[in-house]
Amino acid sequence: MSTDLIYFSSVSGNTRRFVEGLGRPASRIPLYAREERLKATQPYVLVLPTYGGGETGGAVPKQVIQFLNDEENRGLIRGVIAAGNTNFGEAYCLAGDIVARKCKVPLLYRFEVFGTPDDREAVQIGLDRLWKQL
Amino acid sequence: MTPPEPLKLLNKVQAINWNRIQDDKDVEVWNRLVNNFWLPEKVPLSNDVQSWATLTPAEQQLTMRVFTGLTLLDTIQGTVGAVSLIPDSLTPHEEAVYTNIAFMESVHAKSYSSIFSTLSNTKDIDEAFRWSTENPNLQKKASIVLDYYHGDEPLKRKVASTLLESFLFYSGFYLPMYWSSRAKLTNTADLIRLIIRDEAVHGYYIGYKFQRGLELVDQAKRDEIKDYAFSLMYDLYENEVQYTQDLYDEVGLTEDVKKFLHYNANKALMNLGYEPMFPKSVTDVNPAILSALSPNADENHDFFSGSGSSYVIGKAVNTEDEDWDF
Repeated sequence: MSTDLIYFSSVSGNTRRFVEGLGRPASRIPLYAREERLKATQPYVLVLPTYGGGETGGAVPKQVIQFLNDEENRGLIRGVIAAGNTNFGEAYCLAGDIVARKCKVPLLYRFEVFGTPDDREAVQIGLDRLWKQL
Repeated sequence: MTPPEPLKLLNKVQAINWNRIQDDKDVEVWNRLVNNFWLPEKVPLSNDVQSWATLTPAEQQLTMRVFTGLTLLDTIQGTVGAVSLIPDSLTPHEEAVYTNIAFMESVHAKSYSSIFSTLSNTKDIDEAFRWSTENPNLQKKASIVLDYYHGDEPLKRKVASTLLESFLFYSGFYLPMYWSSRAKLTNTADLIRLIIRDEAVHGYYIGYKFQRGLELVDQAKRDEIKDYAFSLMYDLYENEVQYTQDLYDEVGLTEDVKKFLHYNANKALMNLGYEPMFPKSVTDVNPAILSALSPNADENHDFFSGSGSSYVIGKAVNTEDEDWDF
Protein backbone atom coordinates (compact mmCIF):
# COMPACT_ATOMS: atom_id res chain seq x y z
CA MET A 1 0.00 0.00 0.00
CA SER A 2 1.45 3.33 -1.00
CA THR A 3 1.84 6.16 1.46
CA ASP A 4 0.94 9.34 -0.34
CA LEU A 5 1.63 11.56 2.60
CA ILE A 6 4.11 11.76 5.41
CA TYR A 7 3.28 14.27 8.10
CA PHE A 8 4.37 15.65 11.42
CA SER A 9 1.93 16.90 14.00
CA SER A 10 2.60 18.07 17.55
CA VAL A 11 0.40 17.10 20.50
CA SER A 12 -2.08 19.80 19.46
CA GLY A 13 -2.91 17.50 16.51
CA ASN A 14 -3.99 20.18 14.02
CA THR A 15 -1.86 18.86 11.15
CA ARG A 16 -2.96 15.29 11.92
CA ARG A 17 -6.55 16.46 11.70
CA PHE A 18 -5.95 18.08 8.32
CA VAL A 19 -4.28 14.92 6.97
CA GLU A 20 -7.00 12.63 8.33
CA GLY A 21 -9.60 14.83 6.65
CA LEU A 22 -8.02 13.98 3.29
CA GLY A 23 -8.54 10.26 3.85
CA ARG A 24 -5.35 9.34 2.01
CA PRO A 25 -2.76 6.80 3.13
CA ALA A 26 -0.45 8.69 5.49
CA SER A 27 2.34 8.00 7.96
CA ARG A 28 3.24 10.14 10.93
CA ILE A 29 6.78 11.14 11.83
CA PRO A 30 7.08 10.12 15.50
CA LEU A 31 6.94 12.82 18.17
CA TYR A 32 9.38 11.26 20.59
CA ALA A 33 12.95 10.07 20.15
CA ARG A 34 12.11 6.83 21.98
CA GLU A 35 9.77 5.81 19.13
CA GLU A 36 11.00 3.92 16.10
CA ARG A 37 12.13 6.23 13.30
CA LEU A 38 10.02 6.48 10.18
CA LYS A 39 11.52 5.30 6.88
CA ALA A 40 10.02 6.44 3.58
CA THR A 41 9.85 3.65 1.01
CA GLN A 42 8.30 5.49 -1.92
CA PRO A 43 7.65 9.02 -3.18
CA TYR A 44 5.62 11.16 -0.79
CA VAL A 45 4.42 14.68 -0.05
CA LEU A 46 5.42 16.07 3.34
CA VAL A 47 2.82 17.91 5.46
CA LEU A 48 4.15 19.89 8.40
CA PRO A 49 3.26 22.74 10.75
CA THR A 50 5.36 25.88 11.18
CA TYR A 51 6.59 26.35 14.70
CA GLY A 52 6.86 29.77 16.05
CA GLY A 53 6.24 33.10 14.52
CA GLY A 54 9.53 34.64 15.55
CA GLU A 55 12.60 35.50 13.53
CA THR A 56 14.86 33.40 15.68
CA GLY A 57 14.71 30.10 13.78
CA GLY A 58 13.18 26.86 14.86
CA ALA A 59 10.33 27.08 12.35
CA VAL A 60 10.80 23.47 11.21
CA PRO A 61 10.09 20.93 13.97
CA LYS A 62 13.26 19.05 15.03
CA GLN A 63 11.62 15.70 14.31
CA VAL A 64 11.13 16.72 10.68
CA ILE A 65 14.75 17.85 10.36
CA GLN A 66 15.86 14.50 11.74
CA PHE A 67 13.62 12.67 9.27
CA LEU A 68 14.97 14.67 6.32
CA ASN A 69 18.57 14.30 7.42
CA ASP A 70 18.18 10.67 6.30
CA GLU A 71 19.28 10.79 2.66
CA GLU A 72 16.89 8.08 1.51
CA ASN A 73 13.93 9.84 3.08
CA ARG A 74 15.01 13.08 1.50
CA GLY A 75 15.39 11.48 -1.91
CA LEU A 76 11.74 10.46 -2.04
CA ILE A 77 10.12 13.79 -1.16
CA ARG A 78 8.14 15.30 -4.06
CA GLY A 79 6.53 18.34 -2.50
CA VAL A 80 5.60 20.14 0.73
CA ILE A 81 2.33 21.28 2.26
CA ALA A 82 2.70 23.60 5.23
CA ALA A 83 0.48 24.88 8.01
CA GLY A 84 0.88 28.29 9.61
CA ASN A 85 -0.83 31.48 10.64
CA THR A 86 -1.02 34.73 8.64
CA ASN A 87 -0.64 36.52 12.00
CA PHE A 88 3.02 35.56 11.78
CA GLY A 89 3.48 37.92 8.84
CA GLU A 90 6.47 37.02 6.70
CA ALA A 91 6.92 33.85 8.72
CA TYR A 92 3.54 32.53 7.49
CA CYS A 93 4.11 28.83 6.73
CA LEU A 94 7.85 29.48 6.83
CA ALA A 95 8.58 25.80 7.56
CA GLY A 96 7.22 24.99 4.08
CA ASP A 97 9.50 27.54 2.42
CA ILE A 98 12.54 26.22 4.27
CA VAL A 99 11.93 22.55 3.45
CA ALA A 100 11.04 23.36 -0.18
CA ARG A 101 14.26 25.29 -0.60
CA LYS A 102 16.49 22.77 1.16
CA CYS A 103 15.01 19.75 -0.66
CA LYS A 104 14.48 21.59 -3.97
CA VAL A 105 10.82 20.59 -4.27
CA PRO A 106 7.71 22.77 -4.73
CA LEU A 107 5.74 24.26 -1.86
CA LEU A 108 2.37 22.93 -2.99
CA TYR A 109 -0.10 24.50 -0.59
CA ARG A 110 -0.48 26.35 2.70
CA PHE A 111 -3.30 26.27 5.22
CA GLU A 112 -4.12 27.63 8.68
CA VAL A 113 -4.86 25.65 11.87
CA PHE A 114 -6.39 22.39 10.52
CA GLY A 115 -7.62 23.78 7.20
CA THR A 116 -11.09 24.63 5.94
CA PRO A 117 -13.23 22.31 3.75
CA ASP A 118 -12.09 24.43 0.78
CA ASP A 119 -8.46 23.77 1.67
CA ARG A 120 -9.09 20.03 1.81
CA GLU A 121 -10.78 20.10 -1.58
CA ALA A 122 -7.98 22.09 -3.20
CA VAL A 123 -5.37 19.70 -1.82
CA GLN A 124 -7.29 16.60 -2.95
CA ILE A 125 -7.47 17.90 -6.51
CA GLY A 126 -3.88 19.08 -6.44
CA LEU A 127 -2.51 15.79 -5.10
CA ASP A 128 -4.46 13.74 -7.67
CA ARG A 129 -2.96 15.87 -10.41
CA LEU A 130 0.53 15.73 -8.93
CA TRP A 131 0.62 11.94 -8.64
CA LYS A 132 -0.54 11.57 -12.26
CA GLN A 133 2.25 13.85 -13.44
CA LEU A 134 5.02 12.08 -11.56
CA MET B 1 -24.09 41.07 34.39
CA THR B 2 -23.98 38.87 37.48
CA PRO B 3 -22.49 40.47 40.58
CA PRO B 4 -18.73 40.02 40.40
CA GLU B 5 -17.31 37.28 42.57
CA PRO B 6 -13.94 37.70 44.22
CA LEU B 7 -11.33 36.39 41.82
CA LYS B 8 -10.48 32.80 42.55
CA LEU B 9 -6.88 32.13 43.45
CA LEU B 10 -4.98 28.88 43.63
CA ASN B 11 -5.26 27.56 47.18
CA LYS B 12 -2.30 25.26 46.87
CA VAL B 13 0.98 26.04 45.17
CA GLN B 14 4.02 23.84 44.75
CA ALA B 15 7.47 25.04 43.74
CA ILE B 16 7.47 24.80 39.97
CA ASN B 17 9.95 22.31 38.55
CA TRP B 18 10.85 23.08 34.94
CA ASN B 19 12.92 19.90 34.85
CA ARG B 20 9.84 17.74 35.07
CA ILE B 21 7.43 18.57 32.28
CA GLN B 22 3.97 17.06 31.91
CA ASP B 23 3.04 18.83 28.68
CA ASP B 24 5.73 19.72 26.12
CA LYS B 25 3.44 22.43 24.75
CA ASP B 26 3.99 24.47 27.92
CA VAL B 27 7.76 24.66 27.32
CA GLU B 28 7.38 25.19 23.58
CA VAL B 29 4.96 28.10 24.05
CA TRP B 30 6.91 29.60 26.96
CA ASN B 31 10.06 29.64 24.81
CA ARG B 32 8.19 31.12 21.88
CA LEU B 33 6.68 33.88 23.98
CA VAL B 34 10.05 34.73 25.49
CA ASN B 35 11.70 34.81 22.05
CA ASN B 36 8.92 37.05 20.76
CA PHE B 37 9.22 39.52 23.65
CA TRP B 38 9.27 43.18 22.61
CA LEU B 39 8.59 46.66 23.96
CA PRO B 40 6.99 49.64 22.19
CA GLU B 41 10.13 51.74 22.73
CA LYS B 42 11.85 49.58 20.08
CA VAL B 43 9.50 50.81 17.35
CA PRO B 44 10.30 54.26 15.85
CA LEU B 45 6.75 55.56 16.13
CA SER B 46 7.83 59.18 15.76
CA ASN B 47 8.53 58.48 12.08
CA ASP B 48 4.75 58.43 11.67
CA VAL B 49 4.20 62.02 12.81
CA GLN B 50 4.25 63.41 9.27
CA SER B 51 1.99 60.66 7.98
CA TRP B 52 -0.46 61.29 10.84
CA ALA B 53 -0.77 64.88 9.69
CA THR B 54 -1.99 63.71 6.27
CA LEU B 55 -5.06 62.02 7.81
CA THR B 56 -8.29 64.00 7.91
CA PRO B 57 -9.65 64.91 11.37
CA ALA B 58 -12.32 62.20 10.93
CA GLU B 59 -9.67 59.62 10.06
CA GLN B 60 -7.57 60.64 13.06
CA GLN B 61 -10.57 60.36 15.34
CA LEU B 62 -11.43 56.92 13.94
CA THR B 63 -7.86 55.75 14.51
CA MET B 64 -7.84 57.02 18.10
CA ARG B 65 -11.16 55.36 18.84
CA VAL B 66 -10.07 52.06 17.35
CA PHE B 67 -6.96 52.12 19.52
CA THR B 68 -8.82 52.94 22.74
CA GLY B 69 -11.10 49.98 21.98
CA LEU B 70 -8.06 47.74 21.59
CA THR B 71 -6.57 49.20 24.78
CA LEU B 72 -9.70 48.20 26.67
CA LEU B 73 -9.54 44.59 25.42
CA ASP B 74 -5.84 44.29 26.22
CA THR B 75 -6.43 45.72 29.68
CA ILE B 76 -9.19 43.18 30.34
CA GLN B 77 -7.05 40.32 29.11
CA GLY B 78 -4.01 41.48 31.10
CA THR B 79 -5.62 42.22 34.42
CA VAL B 80 -8.53 39.76 34.47
CA GLY B 81 -8.64 37.33 31.53
CA ALA B 82 -5.27 35.63 31.51
CA VAL B 83 -5.09 35.79 35.32
CA SER B 84 -8.51 34.11 35.66
CA LEU B 85 -7.18 31.10 33.74
CA ILE B 86 -4.40 30.41 36.25
CA PRO B 87 -6.50 28.51 38.85
CA ASP B 88 -7.82 26.18 36.13
CA SER B 89 -4.38 25.15 34.89
CA LEU B 90 -3.68 21.47 34.33
CA THR B 91 0.06 21.86 34.96
CA PRO B 92 2.20 24.31 37.00
CA HIS B 93 3.95 25.33 33.78
CA GLU B 94 0.63 26.32 32.29
CA GLU B 95 0.20 28.71 35.23
CA ALA B 96 3.57 30.28 34.39
CA VAL B 97 2.63 30.68 30.72
CA TYR B 98 -0.52 32.60 31.72
CA THR B 99 1.56 35.01 33.80
CA ASN B 100 3.63 35.69 30.69
CA ILE B 101 0.50 36.20 28.59
CA ALA B 102 -0.96 38.55 31.23
CA PHE B 103 2.19 40.67 31.28
CA MET B 104 2.40 40.87 27.49
CA GLU B 105 -1.23 42.02 27.33
CA SER B 106 -0.26 44.86 29.66
CA VAL B 107 2.61 45.71 27.31
CA HIS B 108 0.13 45.79 24.42
CA ALA B 109 -2.24 48.05 26.35
CA LYS B 110 0.61 50.39 27.17
CA SER B 111 1.86 50.55 23.60
CA TYR B 112 -1.35 52.21 22.42
CA SER B 113 -0.59 54.99 24.84
CA SER B 114 2.87 55.28 23.26
CA ILE B 115 1.17 55.70 19.88
CA PHE B 116 -1.19 58.33 21.31
CA SER B 117 1.48 60.38 23.00
CA THR B 118 3.62 60.31 19.86
CA LEU B 119 0.91 61.28 17.39
CA SER B 120 -1.79 63.14 19.26
CA ASN B 121 -2.48 65.61 22.06
CA THR B 122 -3.96 65.40 25.55
CA LYS B 123 -7.33 66.78 24.58
CA ASP B 124 -7.90 64.32 21.74
CA ILE B 125 -6.51 61.43 23.78
CA ASP B 126 -8.93 62.17 26.63
CA GLU B 127 -11.79 62.49 24.18
CA ALA B 128 -11.00 59.09 22.65
CA PHE B 129 -10.87 57.41 26.06
CA ARG B 130 -14.15 59.08 26.97
CA TRP B 131 -15.67 57.65 23.78
CA SER B 132 -14.47 54.18 24.75
CA THR B 133 -16.31 54.35 28.07
CA GLU B 134 -19.48 55.61 26.42
CA ASN B 135 -19.79 53.47 23.29
CA PRO B 136 -22.48 50.88 24.16
CA ASN B 137 -21.23 48.21 21.77
CA LEU B 138 -17.67 48.40 23.03
CA GLN B 139 -18.88 48.30 26.62
CA LYS B 140 -21.16 45.37 25.83
CA LYS B 141 -18.29 43.44 24.30
CA ALA B 142 -16.24 44.03 27.44
CA SER B 143 -19.05 43.08 29.78
CA ILE B 144 -19.93 39.84 27.93
CA VAL B 145 -16.34 38.65 28.25
CA LEU B 146 -15.86 39.87 31.84
CA ASP B 147 -19.03 38.06 32.82
CA TYR B 148 -17.54 34.73 31.80
CA TYR B 149 -14.21 35.41 33.42
CA HIS B 150 -16.08 35.86 36.70
CA GLY B 151 -18.18 32.71 36.16
CA ASP B 152 -17.34 29.33 37.64
CA GLU B 153 -16.84 27.33 34.44
CA PRO B 154 -13.16 26.83 33.54
CA LEU B 155 -13.91 25.61 30.01
CA LYS B 156 -16.24 28.53 29.29
CA ARG B 157 -13.57 30.93 30.51
CA LYS B 158 -11.18 29.44 27.96
CA VAL B 159 -13.78 29.78 25.21
CA ALA B 160 -14.31 33.45 26.06
CA SER B 161 -10.57 34.02 26.27
CA THR B 162 -9.82 32.37 22.92
CA LEU B 163 -12.60 34.33 21.21
CA LEU B 164 -11.16 37.53 22.66
CA GLU B 165 -7.61 36.73 21.53
CA SER B 166 -8.52 35.36 18.12
CA PHE B 167 -11.67 37.25 17.12
CA LEU B 168 -12.58 40.36 19.13
CA PHE B 169 -9.39 42.28 18.39
CA TYR B 170 -9.77 42.18 14.63
CA SER B 171 -12.31 44.93 14.05
CA GLY B 172 -9.54 47.11 15.48
CA PHE B 173 -6.52 45.44 13.88
CA TYR B 174 -8.09 46.04 10.49
CA LEU B 175 -7.47 49.78 10.53
CA PRO B 176 -3.66 49.88 10.95
CA MET B 177 -3.42 47.20 8.24
CA TYR B 178 -5.59 49.41 6.03
CA TRP B 179 -3.38 52.45 6.66
CA SER B 180 -0.28 50.36 6.07
CA SER B 181 -1.64 49.15 2.72
CA ARG B 182 -1.87 52.83 1.72
CA ALA B 183 1.66 53.53 2.98
CA LYS B 184 0.35 55.45 6.02
CA LEU B 185 1.32 55.03 9.69
CA THR B 186 3.67 52.23 8.68
CA ASN B 187 5.65 52.22 11.94
CA THR B 188 2.45 52.05 13.94
CA ALA B 189 1.48 49.10 11.74
CA ASP B 190 4.81 47.42 12.55
CA LEU B 191 4.00 47.70 16.25
CA ILE B 192 0.48 46.35 15.73
CA ARG B 193 1.92 43.40 13.80
CA LEU B 194 3.93 42.48 16.89
CA ILE B 195 0.71 42.50 18.90
CA ILE B 196 -1.04 40.43 16.21
CA ARG B 197 1.77 37.88 16.33
CA ASP B 198 1.48 37.58 20.12
CA GLU B 199 -2.29 37.18 20.02
CA ALA B 200 -1.90 34.28 17.58
CA VAL B 201 0.28 32.39 20.06
CA HIS B 202 -2.07 33.24 22.95
CA GLY B 203 -5.18 32.11 21.04
CA TYR B 204 -3.48 28.93 19.88
CA TYR B 205 -2.29 28.02 23.38
CA ILE B 206 -5.50 28.78 25.27
CA GLY B 207 -7.47 26.95 22.56
CA TYR B 208 -5.12 23.99 22.89
CA LYS B 209 -5.56 23.88 26.67
CA PHE B 210 -9.32 24.13 26.16
CA GLN B 211 -9.19 21.00 24.00
CA ARG B 212 -7.11 19.17 26.62
CA GLY B 213 -9.72 20.16 29.19
CA LEU B 214 -12.55 18.86 27.01
CA GLU B 215 -10.91 15.43 27.00
CA LEU B 216 -11.50 15.23 30.75
CA VAL B 217 -15.29 15.67 30.64
CA ASP B 218 -18.08 13.41 29.33
CA GLN B 219 -19.84 13.73 25.98
CA ALA B 220 -22.87 15.51 27.42
CA LYS B 221 -20.64 18.21 28.85
CA ARG B 222 -18.71 18.49 25.57
CA ASP B 223 -21.98 19.00 23.70
CA GLU B 224 -23.05 21.66 26.18
CA ILE B 225 -19.75 23.50 25.86
CA LYS B 226 -19.89 23.35 22.06
CA ASP B 227 -23.41 24.85 22.04
CA TYR B 228 -22.20 27.49 24.43
CA ALA B 229 -19.14 28.32 22.31
CA PHE B 230 -21.19 28.81 19.15
CA SER B 231 -23.90 30.84 20.87
CA LEU B 232 -21.26 33.07 22.47
CA MET B 233 -19.66 33.46 19.05
CA TYR B 234 -23.04 34.49 17.56
CA ASP B 235 -23.66 37.01 20.36
CA LEU B 236 -20.21 38.49 20.05
CA TYR B 237 -20.42 38.53 16.27
CA GLU B 238 -23.72 40.39 16.27
CA ASN B 239 -22.32 42.96 18.68
CA GLU B 240 -19.09 43.16 16.71
CA VAL B 241 -20.99 44.02 13.52
CA GLN B 242 -22.68 46.91 15.29
CA TYR B 243 -19.41 48.08 16.79
CA THR B 244 -17.86 47.92 13.32
CA GLN B 245 -20.70 50.06 11.94
CA ASP B 246 -20.21 52.61 14.75
CA LEU B 247 -16.59 52.98 13.73
CA TYR B 248 -16.37 52.40 10.02
CA ASP B 249 -19.67 53.46 8.43
CA GLU B 250 -18.47 57.01 8.15
CA VAL B 251 -15.43 56.03 6.09
CA GLY B 252 -17.34 53.40 4.10
CA LEU B 253 -15.22 50.43 5.16
CA THR B 254 -17.76 48.40 7.15
CA GLU B 255 -18.28 45.63 4.59
CA ASP B 256 -14.56 45.22 4.08
CA VAL B 257 -13.99 44.97 7.85
CA LYS B 258 -16.73 42.34 8.14
CA LYS B 259 -14.90 39.99 5.79
CA PHE B 260 -11.87 40.30 8.03
CA LEU B 261 -14.10 39.51 11.03
CA HIS B 262 -15.47 36.37 9.34
CA TYR B 263 -12.01 35.18 8.41
CA ASN B 264 -10.78 35.60 11.97
CA ALA B 265 -13.94 34.16 13.55
CA ASN B 266 -13.22 30.97 11.62
CA LYS B 267 -9.67 30.87 12.94
CA ALA B 268 -10.89 31.48 16.50
CA LEU B 269 -13.31 28.53 16.24
CA MET B 270 -10.55 26.37 14.80
CA ASN B 271 -8.26 27.28 17.67
CA LEU B 272 -10.97 25.79 19.89
CA GLY B 273 -11.02 22.69 17.65
CA TYR B 274 -14.36 23.49 15.99
CA GLU B 275 -15.07 23.59 12.27
CA PRO B 276 -15.13 27.07 10.73
CA MET B 277 -18.55 28.73 10.58
CA PHE B 278 -18.31 31.24 7.72
CA PRO B 279 -18.15 30.02 4.09
CA LYS B 280 -15.43 31.06 1.66
CA SER B 281 -17.80 33.51 -0.05
CA VAL B 282 -17.74 35.87 2.98
CA THR B 283 -14.16 35.33 4.17
CA ASP B 284 -12.46 36.71 1.06
CA VAL B 285 -10.42 39.34 2.86
CA ASN B 286 -9.33 42.29 0.75
CA PRO B 287 -5.94 41.21 -0.71
CA ALA B 288 -4.40 44.54 0.29
CA ILE B 289 -5.31 43.90 3.94
CA LEU B 290 -4.13 40.29 3.84
CA SER B 291 -0.90 41.38 2.25
CA ALA B 292 -0.38 44.08 4.90
CA LEU B 293 -0.79 41.32 7.47
CA SER B 294 1.31 38.69 5.73
CA PRO B 295 3.21 39.86 2.63
CA ASN B 296 3.21 36.52 0.78
CA ALA B 297 -0.10 35.04 1.91
CA ASP B 298 -1.72 35.31 -1.52
CA GLU B 299 -2.77 32.12 -3.26
CA ASN B 300 -0.41 32.63 -6.18
CA HIS B 301 2.38 31.64 -3.86
CA ASP B 302 1.00 28.08 -3.79
CA PHE B 303 1.75 25.53 -6.49
CA PHE B 304 -1.72 23.93 -6.34
CA SER B 305 -3.85 27.05 -6.29
CA GLY B 306 -1.70 29.52 -8.18
CA SER B 307 -0.96 29.64 -11.88
CA GLY B 308 2.15 27.58 -11.29
CA SER B 309 4.17 29.54 -13.80
CA SER B 310 5.24 32.21 -11.33
CA TYR B 311 6.27 29.52 -8.92
CA VAL B 312 9.63 29.73 -7.18
CA ILE B 313 11.11 27.14 -4.86
CA GLY B 314 10.99 28.76 -1.45
CA LYS B 315 11.99 32.33 -0.85
CA ALA B 316 15.40 33.12 0.56
CA VAL B 317 15.13 32.65 4.28
CA ASN B 318 17.83 33.23 6.77
CA THR B 319 16.87 30.68 9.39
CA GLU B 320 19.68 28.16 9.20
CA ASP B 321 19.64 25.64 11.93
CA GLU B 322 22.65 23.63 13.05
CA ASP B 323 20.54 20.47 13.10
CA TRP B 324 20.34 20.18 9.32
CA ASP B 325 22.83 17.69 7.86
CA PHE B 326 22.48 18.84 4.25
